[in-house]
Amino acid sequence: MGGVDLFDQASVASPEGAWSVSEITRQARLLIESGLRSVWVRGEVTGLKAYSSGHWYFTLRDASAQVRCVMWRTDNRRLPGPPEDGTEVFVEARPTVWEERGEFRLTVKELIPTAAGGLWRLQLERARAALERDGLLDPARKRPLPAYPERLAVVTSPDGAALRDILSVLRRRWPAVEVLLVPSRVQGEGAEDELCAALALVNRLEGIDLAIVGRGGGSQEDLWAFNSERVARAVAAVTVPVISAVGHETDVALTDLVADLRAPTPSAAAEAAVPDLAAVRATVSQLARRLARTVTGQLMLAAQRLARTADRLATGIGRIATERRHRLEALAGRLESLSPLKVLARGYAVARDPADGTVLKRVAQLPPGTTFRLTVSDGDVDAQITGGQR
Amino acid sequence: MKAKRPSFRAELERLEAIVRSLEDEDVDLDEALALFEEGVKRLKSARELLRGSELEVKRVLEAADGTIDTAGLDD
Repeated sequence: MGGVDLFDQASVASPEGAWSVSEITRQARLLIESGLRSVWVRGEVTGLKAYSSGHWYFTLRDASAQVRCVMWRTDNRRLPGPPEDGTEVFVEARPTVWEERGEFRLTVKELIPTAAGGLWRLQLERARAALERDGLLDPARKRPLPAYPERLAVVTSPDGAALRDILSVLRRRWPAVEVLLVPSRVQGEGAEDELCAALALVNRLEGIDLAIVGRGGGSQEDLWAFNSERVARAVAAVTVPVISAVGHETDVALTDLVADLRAPTPSAAAEAAVPDLAAVRATVSQLARRLARTVTGQLMLAAQRLARTADRLATGIGRIATERRHRLEALAGRLESLSPLKVLARGYAVARDPADGTVLKRVAQLPPGTTFRLTVSDGDVDAQITGGQR
Repeated sequence: MKAKRPSFRAELERLEAIVRSLEDEDVDLDEALALFEEGVKRLKSARELLRGSELEVKRVLEAADGTIDTAGLDD
């Protein structure tokens, strides 16, 4: 019997046209599979059996109904392990009919425990998976924070405790920073849009070198905007390093995962954002001491060089003086050898006019009877010519 | 926005560079003295930046036409 019209029941309205069991179960399967494609179902897991083939069979139930489920090995192997009986879960499943047993059944593709957050958890996991696929959770994306930020953008509510906490920490630690508050609602209707817009605005501000986005603690619903995939992407798109600070110590939001740093509280974000004034003062003082030392060192070095130069100068002068002395002595020696006294020592004598000292060199200057002075090697004597020329 | 004050980071980095070159390098006395003088100036400026400041907080306002303005925040 081919080509059954599901909505024309005339042919099977009598015993003559009766379907076989196979036909009715097959038709029920086709009807269900075409009418209900992929759906999310919430319920409690019972009677789970994990077969050695790797497939899981279990029942999902709530207070008044139950449905048989199967999750094939290819789908469940991504999960850490089968959920315990009694676990409340979300399943993404395709309804079908298991013809052999005439049983309505769900073929489960995805299974997420609702513990700690129900729907919240589900959406968070999906958003997180999407961010992960795009590489936004890669630790290598995380940028270092600037050591001395000058302009800090703070994206939060202008009325919140978070802003007060941040400002009070900044005042104490590093008032040299300039804070630009980019106001945004952080919870309730429109918070996601405003956060995205505020984060985009940060990129248009001049000279910003760091941003903090966050809010104080609250209920899961209050923190919801910070688990939005859109807001997380807006955080990832900020061009300067971002610190995410959402809620109290234990709340971890999606924005924390994409930010360059996760701070457990807004105060902690401010602490991480700026250096400590006291510590920096100490650093500056140390530099001042080093600077003073270097110049003292330089001056000492210069003084030593000066002293060395003076020594060399003195030595130089000494050498020149000695040379001059030697030359003088040499000249004196030569001078002495030229002295007429030396000639006298060899036996010569000089005759001179006793009146004017004129040297008498010619016979004509010495007629008989002339008195004159005769100089020999060891002194002068008076002498007289006693005879004429020979 | 007001004229940019000197950057503490820039002052500190320059000061560190000056101290390092005075410590490590064989600079001659003239240059050393010039560096030292500059170092003292940077030191003063850095200390000024650390001393003087009241935390400055402004609120960013975006007008409907997309222009950005800032105003002091009363807190």
